[in-house]
Amino acid sequence: MPEGTLCNKKPVETAEGITTLLADQSGKKYYEEMKKLEVDSDLLWKTIQNTCKSRIRTWLEICAHCGMCADSCFLYLVNGKDPKQVPAYKIQSTLGEIIKRKGKVDNAFMLHTMEVAWSQCTCCNRCGTYCPHGIDTGIMFGYLRGLCYQQGFVPWEMKIGAGMHRVYNAQMDITSEDYVDTFQWMVEESEEEYPGLEVPVDVEGADIMYTVNAREAKHYPEDLAEAAILFHIAGESWTIPSKGWELTSLAMFAGDWAACKMQVQSVYDAMDRLKPKRMVGTECGHAHRATVVEGPYWAGRPDGRPPVESIHYIEWLAEALRTGKLKIDPAKRIKEPCTLQDSCNYVRNHGLREVAREIISYIVEPGYFIEMTPNKEHNFCCGGGGGFNGIGLFRKQRNVGLKCKRDQILATGAKLVIAPCHNCWDAIRDLEEEFEIGIRWSFLKPLIIKMLIVPEHLRPVDEDIEEDMDEDEEE
Amino acid sequence: MYTLLTGPFFYLSLGVCIIGMIVRFYRYFTGLSWQLDRVAYKAWPAMGFKGAVRSIYKWLIPYGTYSWRSQPVMAAAFFGFHIGAVCVPLFLTAHNIILKEKLGISWFTLSPSVADVLTWTAVVSLFFLILRRLVLPEVRILTDKKDWGILLITLAPFITGLLARYQVGDYSFWLTAHVLTGEIVLLAIPFTKLSHVFLFFASRAQLGMDFGIKRGGIRGTKMAW
Repeated sequence: MPEGTLCNKKPVETAEGITTLLADQSGKKYYEEMKKLEVDSDLLWKTIQNTCKSRIRTWLEICAHCGMCADSCFLYLVNGKDPKQVPAYKIQSTLGEIIKRKGKVDNAFMLHTMEVAWSQCTCCNRCGTYCPHGIDTGIMFGYLRGLCYQQGFVPWEMKIGAGMHRVYNAQMDITSEDYVDTFQWMVEESEEEYPGLEVPVDVEGADIMYTVNAREAKHYPEDLAEAAILFHIAGESWTIPSKGWELTSLAMFAGDWAACKMQVQSVYDAMDRLKPKRMVGTECGHAHRATVVEGPYWAGRPDGRPPVESIHYIEWLAEALRTGKLKIDPAKRIKEPCTLQDSCNYVRNHGLREVAREIISYIVEPGYFIEMTPNKEHNFCCGGGGGFNGIGLFRKQRNVGLKCKRDQILATGAKLVIAPCHNCWDAIRDLEEEFEIGIRWSFLKPLIIKMLIVPEHLRPVDEDIEEDMDEDEEE
Repeated sequence: MYTLLTGPFFYLSLGVCIIGMIVRFYRYFTGLSWQLDRVAYKAWPAMGFKGAVRSIYKWLIPYGTYSWRSQPVMAAAFFGFHIGAVCVPLFLTAHNIILKEKLGISWFTLSPSVADVLTWTAVVSLFFLILRRLVLPEVRILTDKKDWGILLITLAPFITGLLARYQVGDYSFWLTAHVLTGEIVLLAIPFTKLSHVFLFFASRAQLGMDFGIKRGGIRGTKMAW
């Protein structure tokens, strides 16, 4: 059975394996090898028989072929209403066909299936809410990705990402030491401005255990400092785990279910170890979905809930503003047209549609907030969800996908897009780069920090002196 | 022929339909798996029940969901057809007479004029749905031979029923044809896409439980998923 040295059916499980894959720039050799990768039809069919049960089989069978899902799919809309982008067609011509042929499909078919699974569906689940039969094509694509992954037909970046989780328990090559060091270093950097600022590591019994997206540690460390500042000012008892700090799961995008389980288990282990009252995760959509919504099932928890109550950052933020733990200076509220990007993963898929709007009511001057159309649970995907942002092979298709969000934003006339989700944030950054529509985009943390009223006792001493001096001068 | 169709064949087709659907229902629900579906069905029965009922109810109401409202013409045709397709076979006076005679049961009946309106609405709507299937590229690409077969099977009892009702040509021929085509529908239900007559409730209940238990139900939001 021809298996490549880079592209094969085996997951990456060592740091060397990851380095080797990364050395193959843009996955050139990887994709060359994929063209010769053989399909293990017996394994494929056996897996389907074991895992494709009544829900998905019934969905595939009773689909009335009515086409009502077409207009619900942003990729159908931005691709000139190409009938091949109708969700029902996309899944019937891939997963449906594999089942019909009892797994006897060839390399070319799987290459095509991979393209459909990762470049024609972001698993946003919007179509599921538009189907009279309640057929959720996004779920089926998630399932299909798992079949593709098992056969080795998975985009290069996704294979690496899943491998990272297996090796580092994080989506990037960041060790526990790196993580804690970065967090502490970033906090030290801000200490002067916020005296007493610290990052409590591995404290047992804290009210909050805070988890992040590895990107923050690697590329946007200021985000870590911002989180610390906000917890500090809110007077929260919080901690970060030195192990099990990664909220995200590229393994979920890759369809590597074993890695999903390993990843989420590391976070749950941290919960068991530190026994916090709650877990708060950073401003990320898929990470919340992975660790809070889907994770309990991967970890085999029959109640479908994480070991401790786990909330999204916007839920904590809304609560802190509501209870007055954080106070906004009304003079510093946003006074320019702004809009909000609803993340599919925690709005449509976890019901948090009003929470972000509550935050908006505190931080935006009335009259400056404009809703997108459609919005809330009906909002369209940012264009880069489900791993789409990160796959070089499908960059062209992704850039077309961004047009939907671009037009939604343009229609609001907003200059600032609030995007409390890493994936959305990236997609909106990329769409500005691609189409230059003159917008800015932001997470909530930096916006809030700029308009906070810092309680007197938490302000730096010399600032008070300077203020006194200013007052003296004025006198 | 008529005696045969309204005798043994009647019991056979009805029996196959009912037993077939009980089996399919049973297999559907026993085939659900909390781990594979990633929905903790048993851990949260009340939330699941609420989600399921909400999901079914909202979709049964014309324009009850965002999806129905976003495609108003399709929704009109959909309900125009389905209301007739459910009510006329069940509540037509003539059908109730047969039921009383064969099974000793009968229930509420439609007045003849209401039955006419519902039937004609169903037929017109069905033709609209056929037209839609022919014209819209996003529906055409999905359509296969089986879909046409189902449409034909579904349309036949309506057409033959109307021809008999207006006594066009040979009444007894159309009546026999009507009983035959009606029984073909009953036989086809468990084995074809027509199983959605019952499985619609199963599939909707499942997604309702999914959203109710897992994807936001705990947050207490009242989305019409």
